[in-house]
Amino acid sequence: MIKGGLPWTPGSADPPPIVTLDGWHFFTPQEAATVEAFVDRLIPPDPETPGGKDCGCAVFIDRQLAGPYGRNEAFYMMGPFQEGTKQQGPQSPLTTAQQYRKALAAFDIACRNKFDGKSFAALSGEQKDDVIRGLEDGSFKLDGFDAKTFFAQILKDTQNGFLADPIYGGNKDLAAWKMIGFPGAHYDYRDWIDRHNQRVTLPVVGINNHPNWSQ
Amino acid sequence: MAHKLPRKDAVIVGLGWTGSILAQELTDAGLDVVAIERGPWRDTATDFPISYAQDEWRYRLQHELFLRPAQATVTFRNNAGQTALPVRNWGAFMLGNGVGGGGLHWNAETFRFLPSDFKLRTHLTERYGASFLPADMTIQDWGVTFDDLEPHYDQFEYLCGTSGTAGNVKGAIQEGGNPFEGARSRPYPTPPQKQGYGHVLFAEAAKQLGYKPFPQPSGNLSQAYTNPLGVKLGQCTFCGFCEWFGCANYSKASPQTTILPVLLRKSNFEARTECEVMRINLDRAGKWATGVTYVDSSGSEWEQPADLVLLCAFQLFNVQLLLLSGIGKPYDPQSGEGQIGRNFTHQTVSTAVGFFDKDKYNFNPFIASGSIGMCIDEFNGDNFDHSQLGFVGGGYIGQVRTNGRPLESTAVPPGTPAWGAKWKQALRDNYLSSVIVGAACHASFQSYRDVYLDLDPTYKDRFGRPLMRMTIDFHDNEIKMSAFLTDKYAEILQKMGAKQIDKKPRKGPYDVTDYQTSHLCGGAIMGDKPDISAVNRYLQSWDVPNLFVQGASAFPQNAGYNPTGTVGALAFWSAKAIRSQYLKNPGPLVHA
Repeated sequence: MIKGGLPWTPGSADPPPIVTLDGWHFFTPQEAATVEAFVDRLIPPDPETPGGKDCGCAVFIDRQLAGPYGRNEAFYMMGPFQEGTKQQGPQSPLTTAQQYRKALAAFDIACRNKFDGKSFAALSGEQKDDVIRGLEDGSFKLDGFDAKTFFAQILKDTQNGFLADPIYGGNKDLAAWKMIGFPGAHYDYRDWIDRHNQRVTLPVVGINNHPNWSQ
Repeated sequence: MAHKLPRKDAVIVGLGWTGSILAQELTDAGLDVVAIERGPWRDTATDFPISYAQDEWRYRLQHELFLRPAQATVTFRNNAGQTALPVRNWGAFMLGNGVGGGGLHWNAETFRFLPSDFKLRTHLTERYGASFLPADMTIQDWGVTFDDLEPHYDQFEYLCGTSGTAGNVKGAIQEGGNPFEGARSRPYPTPPQKQGYGHVLFAEAAKQLGYKPFPQPSGNLSQAYTNPLGVKLGQCTFCGFCEWFGCANYSKASPQTTILPVLLRKSNFEARTECEVMRINLDRAGKWATGVTYVDSSGSEWEQPADLVLLCAFQLFNVQLLLLSGIGKPYDPQSGEGQIGRNFTHQTVSTAVGFFDKDKYNFNPFIASGSIGMCIDEFNGDNFDHSQLGFVGGGYIGQVRTNGRPLESTAVPPGTPAWGAKWKQALRDNYLSSVIVGAACHASFQSYRDVYLDLDPTYKDRFGRPLMRMTIDFHDNEIKMSAFLTDKYAEILQKMGAKQIDKKPRKGPYDVTDYQTSHLCGGAIMGDKPDISAVNRYLQSWDVPNLFVQGASAFPQNAGYNPTGTVGALAFWSAKAIRSQYLKNPGPLVHA
């Protein structure tokens, strides 16, 4: 009940948790190898900007799947479950984490069947890209899981990990933001609003790494 | 078994914009008021302080300040031939939760509707003839006029400190404002916001094409402001983390920054949070509300008696509570009878992405606010001749880009691969030099016989109550209109110097996974007669005179503007009628 004034409880702020590198929380070692190889093809390294693997995209996905995102905590998960039209949205009874488990297992089997027992991570770059294109157009079939759905999910998660704040495990050293020219977690552009068509020269910062903030 | 609480003069369901306005007005009138809010208390220092408010993944993608479908959701189908299925994760709209409601996370675009919008059927029939309107289009006049509401639009804008340039003051057209707007009694309380490069370039191109661009009216304030209640707001800093987020600067108008600091200190007001109203209770005859029953966060059920009930929840949940409480007659699309659930509408929005030469253009898209931008109104409402066009309605067209948040700013030229080195290079090359506006064309959504709300027969909420079912699809009228407006926007992008334009007009079928504003309207519409509306011109229920139903549920159809300005004006208008007429003599205010 709120009465007589604005409510205030000491210590009730809710800062975001910050991902640290302490091993995989969700992926098995084999799954992690596959996903790291996958994200590095979706976002390949180049001389200016690291690729998906070094940017930590697989770490991002791992930590998200281990948490409320993976558990679909925010979703309405009551039945009955039935598939609908595309416009009615996803209707799976499986959580995102369960779907990854299932899809990655099917993906591993499909790769080994096609490439003489080799897992995805052991393929050449060109072979990996062919496989990914096959998922994208549905021609590389997975037993028990829709290839296009798996591709769309991992692509979205990889791009989100690439471009989100580094506290979530991706965008390592703000590499993605530096690449595109986004100054990051600044909050005051009043000195810049009138400077039309000029490059903003503020240092790129995330929520947790401004040099001033550790002092 | 519900525990019965001591009686209050008034109980308010939902503490968002309308709940806060009504609570402030009724407590001023001396009433003892309690507000019941389903979500938590939210405030700047605890929920979105400047140290971590700017988190796109958390607040924009993971929707942390919003209602969770796990807590309450709806089901959806395009037509009665389909089975409606749950919206398991949000897509097409995003519903608030907690004190402040949608007013906490909104863009703060603060428009007024046009005078003709309030008499839409009469106006269009007079101009184009009755046969110009499709037979299944169920648009209506509102029962209230722009002139009735003008003082209350003014009240809402001065409460918020809205930043803008007036276009028509007492009939005199003002340079730099919207020449099409209805006459206002005085200018905006604060000057318009400064604009970014992309916004200014749009305005210049629009002028060259003969249009009259004006700054979007903004509830992100251009300067510090003290409102009539004595509450202070700060100056917007163009942080680019506005809509979907709370404002860390106290510079976005919200219940928190305009009303609650005064309201919560009153001895005759109390708010109960994390309490969900189950139903409005009626007397044995079913013609008078006795209060509400709600469940608190521990699962205990309480009955709150009150003399006056204000239903101030979000549009969808207003309609759901009316149906669950047995108030009014549910709409039946077959017979056309029943008012509750009828004339459900959304918003018709579209855009085009403009790609510019990266060596010549740097738009710094991350320098923006939720309501920044330059707009033209030549193609809104009936501001233009529709007789050869084959549709009615329209919308404002604007370069109203609100952000350069990376996860939402990945548009690349058509034909670019979706992944790989070429995708990465395209992102690198286009982020600063593209114009990506979510809803550049922000247009009307007329009401139709087969677009409606009712209770789902299968799916339940966590209390076992039926979910609200949406049956909604686009009609030819909106598709034609959207193509027309999108082409006009693309012409302006061309004039701005775009080298490539990716047009995205709205197309059917209505897709519940694709965000298209949260401006859901109707279902408990206002009107001048009980056989064509659920509430009268003062938002008083025709069926239960001590119940007033606020918000966009009252809109008979949706116009080509963001709805909140009109929602606020209606709340003040309704509050005035309650204070000056109803409280003196409780009973029906309109005898039809």
